Amino acid sequence: MAKELPGYGTINVPKDREVPFGAVTPAPVCTQDLFQTSNWRMKRPVKEDEKCTRCLVCYMSCPDACWEYKEAEDEMYWIANFCKGCQICIQECPTGALTAAPELDFPDGVVRLEKPF
Amino acid sequence: MQAFDYKFQKFEPLKSFKKAPELEVYVPGHRTCAGCGPALNYRLVAKAAGKETIFIGPTGCMYVANSSYLCTPYACSWIHAQITNGGAVASGIEAAFKVLARKGKHTGAFPNVIVMAGDGGTVDIGLQAMSAMMYRNHKVLFLCYDNESYANTGIQTSPTTPYGAATTFTPPGKEIPEGKVLFPKDPPQLVIGGHPAVKYVATTTVAHPLDLMNKVRKALTYEGPTFLHMLAPCPKGWLFDEKLTREMARLAVETGMWSMYEWEDGVYKYTNVPKKYKPVSEYMKHQGRFAHLKPEHIAKMQAFIDERVKAVKERVAIPIPTPKQTA
Ligand SMILES: Cc1ncc(C[n+]2csc(CCOP(=O)(O)OP(=O)(O)O)c2C)c(N)n1
Ligand code: SF4
Ligand code: SF4
Ligand code: SF4
Ligand SMILES: [Mg+2]
Repeated sequence: MAKELPGYGTINVPKDREVPFGAVTPAPVCTQDLFQTSNWRMKRPVKEDEKCTRCLVCYMSCPDACWEYKEAEDEMYWIANFCKGCQICIQECPTGALTAAPELDFPDGVVRLEKPF
Repeated sequence: MQAFDYKFQKFEPLKSFKKAPELEVYVPGHRTCAGCGPALNYRLVAKAAGKETIFIGPTGCMYVANSSYLCTPYACSWIHAQITNGGAVASGIEAAFKVLARKGKHTGAFPNVIVMAGDGGTVDIGLQAMSAMMYRNHKVLFLCYDNESYANTGIQTSPTTPYGAATTFTPPGKEIPEGKVLFPKDPPQLVIGGHPAVKYVATTTVAHPLDLMNKVRKALTYEGPTFLHMLAPCPKGWLFDEKLTREMARLAVETGMWSMYEWEDGVYKYTNVPKKYKPVSEYMKHQGRFAHLKPEHIAKMQAFIDERVKAVKERVAIPIPTPKQTA
């Protein structure tokens, strides 16, 4: 249903997401794809793989679970869609394998999401 | 008569980061601030507890910022409670599962029932419901993620906000130059002091992930109420650079602003006790909420901490073997 908000134009709240008071919502499985936060960040962590010891500190430090250890490839994998750019992983990495790079340096940097959330 | 077997879950301690469950139960895709300490805390708790868990979320950042717009990051059961009544909602859920199990209507493992409450939802507005749950001996883990303020409504002072912190309700000014004049409550001592059914209480921080996860797992193996107090720095409210979230928690332990301990049926075990405590200014200097303080205020804080640290020494800080922290 379309709702007028002064100064904001019209937002469409899809019927299935409109709730009167309380609601039961489906639980996410691996990621909550309805709420991507990649466009929050100004810097992103970049990894120099030779320096990475797979110590998993970055994985244990990220509030947004954006580091994953891929056992088969023996590699730390960064989840771009949700990283907010807080840089905790960079601060905590004991070997200096992670550095902060400006988001605008990347072709996919600061992409506007199709949906506001 | 033999005691009924509720099929409570068992948890082994984790020996290293590699041994931690891979499964994320608090998944990415939420509206908490970048670098949010409570969000990291939530993620580690959920990872340690696993999917067979019911979280009760009293109002606060870990409800509001996580469940905005009808999408939530909880990959397990979760229910909102009023900020006042996390303990009561948890009691009802636990009691219902026990009845269902006895009637044979719930045959699986008994779910972990965990209240994830803010400091306001624990030792202030949520205190009576928590205390009553503990008094009635429910098998519930009540967990306080302490960001030292009523953060979600715009950083108002709470009973755990430290002396001297600026909040929207304790702004420093001409009349009251230090901002907050009161000294904080001590949540674990409140629980230990008055709840005979509680046999396990522990403190930890987001700078000690393995210790944190192991304390969660240990608490969950108890058949009665347990309490964990977790320091979860809040970059927005404390006004520090968000990349320092874990560093703030680490400094809190190194300066004595926070003590790491377990209390098991009357016995204290302290860990991470520094040989020599750093001055509290080492911790405070990074945080905008203390920026207005004069040397005499910092001295007052130091005196308060010195006194508190004495209690640590008196309770005999014995080093217990804990898994090695990589960071
Ligand atoms: C009875 C009641 N009073 C006030 C509020 C407003 N309120 C919503 S969140 C919040 C802050 C909660 O603080 P805390 O429990 O420390 O959690 P945090 O937001 O810091 O994570 C308050 C006061 C409310 N929801 N219910
Ligand atoms: S913290 Fe640094 S060294 Fe450790 S796994 Fe992550 S990138 Fe590699
Ligand atoms: S910058 Fe922050 S959000 Fe991004 S991967 Fe590192 S810790 Fe996670
Ligand atoms: S205000 Fe603090 S506790 Fe709340 S979401 Fe932001 S960083 Fe987290
Ligand atoms: Mg709080």
